[in-house]
Amino acid sequence: MAPIPAPPAPDSPDSTALRLRAPANRVSRRAIRYWATRAAAGWLVPVGSQVLSIAISQAALGPRLIAVIATAVLAGAHCTVMPQWRYRVHRWETTPTAVYTQSGWFDQERRIAPISRIQTVDSERGPFEQVFGLANVTVTTASAAGPLTVKGLDRDVAAALVDDLTRVTEADRSDAT
Amino acid sequence: MTVGAGSAVVVATEGWRRLDRRMLAMHPVQEVIRFAPALIGLLIGGSGSGDGPLWSLIGVAVVVGLGLLRYATTTFRITPDQVQVRKGLLRRRVLAVPMDRIRTVDVTANPLHRALGLARVEVGTGRTDRKKQHALLLDSLSAPTAESLRDELLHRRGRAARPAVDDVAGSATEIVRLDARWVRYGPFTLSGIVTIGVVVALLSNAANEAKVSLSRLGGLHSARTQLAGIPAWAAALEILAMAAVLTAVASTIAYLLAFWNFQLIRRSEGTLHISRGLLTTRSTTIEERRLHGVELSEPLLLRAVGGARCIAITTGLRVGRGAERGGSILLPPAPRRDAVAVGARVLGDEHALTAAVVHHGPRATRRRYTRALGVTGVAVIIVVILVAAGVLPLWSVIAAAVTVPLAGALAADRAHSLGHAVVDRCLVARRGSLVRRRSMIRANGVIGWNLHRSFFQRRAGLLTLTATTAAGRQAYAVQDTCEDVALRIADDLTPLLITPFLAIGS
Repeated sequence: MAPIPAPPAPDSPDSTALRLRAPANRVSRRAIRYWATRAAAGWLVPVGSQVLSIAISQAALGPRLIAVIATAVLAGAHCTVMPQWRYRVHRWETTPTAVYTQSGWFDQERRIAPISRIQTVDSERGPFEQVFGLANVTVTTASAAGPLTVKGLDRDVAAALVDDLTRVTEADRSDAT
Repeated sequence: MTVGAGSAVVVATEGWRRLDRRMLAMHPVQEVIRFAPALIGLLIGGSGSGDGPLWSLIGVAVVVGLGLLRYATTTFRITPDQVQVRKGLLRRRVLAVPMDRIRTVDVTANPLHRALGLARVEVGTGRTDRKKQHALLLDSLSAPTAESLRDELLHRRGRAARPAVDDVAGSATEIVRLDARWVRYGPFTLSGIVTIGVVVALLSNAANEAKVSLSRLGGLHSARTQLAGIPAWAAALEILAMAAVLTAVASTIAYLLAFWNFQLIRRSEGTLHISRGLLTTRSTTIEERRLHGVELSEPLLLRAVGGARCIAITTGLRVGRGAERGGSILLPPAPRRDAVAVGARVLGDEHALTAAVVHHGPRATRRRYTRALGVTGVAVIIVVILVAAGVLPLWSVIAAAVTVPLAGALAADRAHSLGHAVVDRCLVARRGSLVRRRSMIRANGVIGWNLHRSFFQRRAGLLTLTATTAAGRQAYAVQDTCEDVALRIADDLTPLLITPFLAIGS
């Protein structure tokens, strides 16, 4: 084990405090456009229905115009900020002993699971992801609370990751519970 | 096929066994009882109007028929390395569970089962129990068969690997049995609310089928007239008092029904054996190798009177809602020190249950207050706006204002509960107010770590460390601690796992 420095005095910003670094690998850059597209598709319904109501109905235009503009601004902000932010956060790394992922954007989560406890390794591609040449990889353990998912990987990278993890976990066929 | 004398188990070819024949006698009775409200309604109300009663009867007939089919289609056998169950008529399904996946065996017998000498056997495996249709369930076997099946599944296997244990019965040590004085904790469990709900639903269902209006029944009617005659606040008090008394009585009855004859035994084969129940008896056998920890759970009311219960954190038993009353209970509501003692004996470590927890500091405390008061504050503002707009009456402001000190008290208690410790290779995590839980999970039960940081947690420099496990609730959180503390916990419990990911030179 690497030497772990002694705990710092409580509540004092100390340089010996342990910190976790981010995982080494970023996901594919194409994931940014994929996330933006998916978010835009999600906003189509609220924005579209408001535009439709303005086009059809004759009643007072003012409040509804404000509402649709507000929605559009919100949608625009979401579609530009979220994908960039998410790309900065989403990272992954595997070592011979562990898998380490970081995901989220507004709320963020890091997950670490030992290779010896991996039960399944799956790769999955949705229709949108197909278009962008992306894939997800999900690693499950015996805990229902602990699947590690890497989203927005390049298809080839994902395939290599699955191969790699499958090979390593096959060597260790213990019960993992 | 032959029927053994005294035993009603039919031995089919290749070792396939059937359910007990007596289930054929029991099943229709059971279904008729389940549909009793509808049937009573049918008898009282007559069959003159409407198709409802008719459909009830058809429903009963269909369910009874399906039950009889189940006898004909369900067979099971135990091979040296698997237990296999074949069931289904149109869709034949074979469930095969490797012996080394079996974590728990649950033997239940309701009064009907017991009258006929039957029992229902449910086998818990780590993974398959999350979906109902994959449950390994045998309803019903004769009681002796169920017992011997449990021994076959949990106690005899691995005999070859452990030749030291070759006596058939093994030895058993009693850890705890119910003390009749503990029934005084019954009223504080609130389990009676469920019972009252069920009874009210049954009654109103029966009354509905019988076309009797509840409001016209004698007792209820006079109660209503009486309540209408007194001021509103007095009526409210009276209703509250009535509800409290009813709940207390029903909760005590529920306690007696569920936990009478409660006994926890440790068997030398490496299993814990829990048996309990007044009318419906239930006995659960847990493989100790799969027990990853224990939990002390203290609902607010129970905590106020110094009570607690102890729950096993193990794979193979359903968790979540009802776990407290389910198979994983190690001690029903009892004095706190007894719950601690039982937890310590099961875990084999007293220190983990009694060690003081490390509190999470002022930032975590502040977060409890901002969250509790933030929500109620917004609610109060909305109410004030609605009152100003004339939508709500004036007194609703007072009602909303009362929730603020309550939220403050809740936040204070939650902040006080929050804490963690690492004791003897065991993670201790404590949190909660309405139900305070102190979970103790052994290091070897911890699979991995999730470190969650919400936007606001990042601003406060906090994170929630969650230990993932295959047992119990699957995830046990150390809420709102700082990164350094969280990483030291993780490093203590799973050495080397996080080391490669630590920032160098920090």
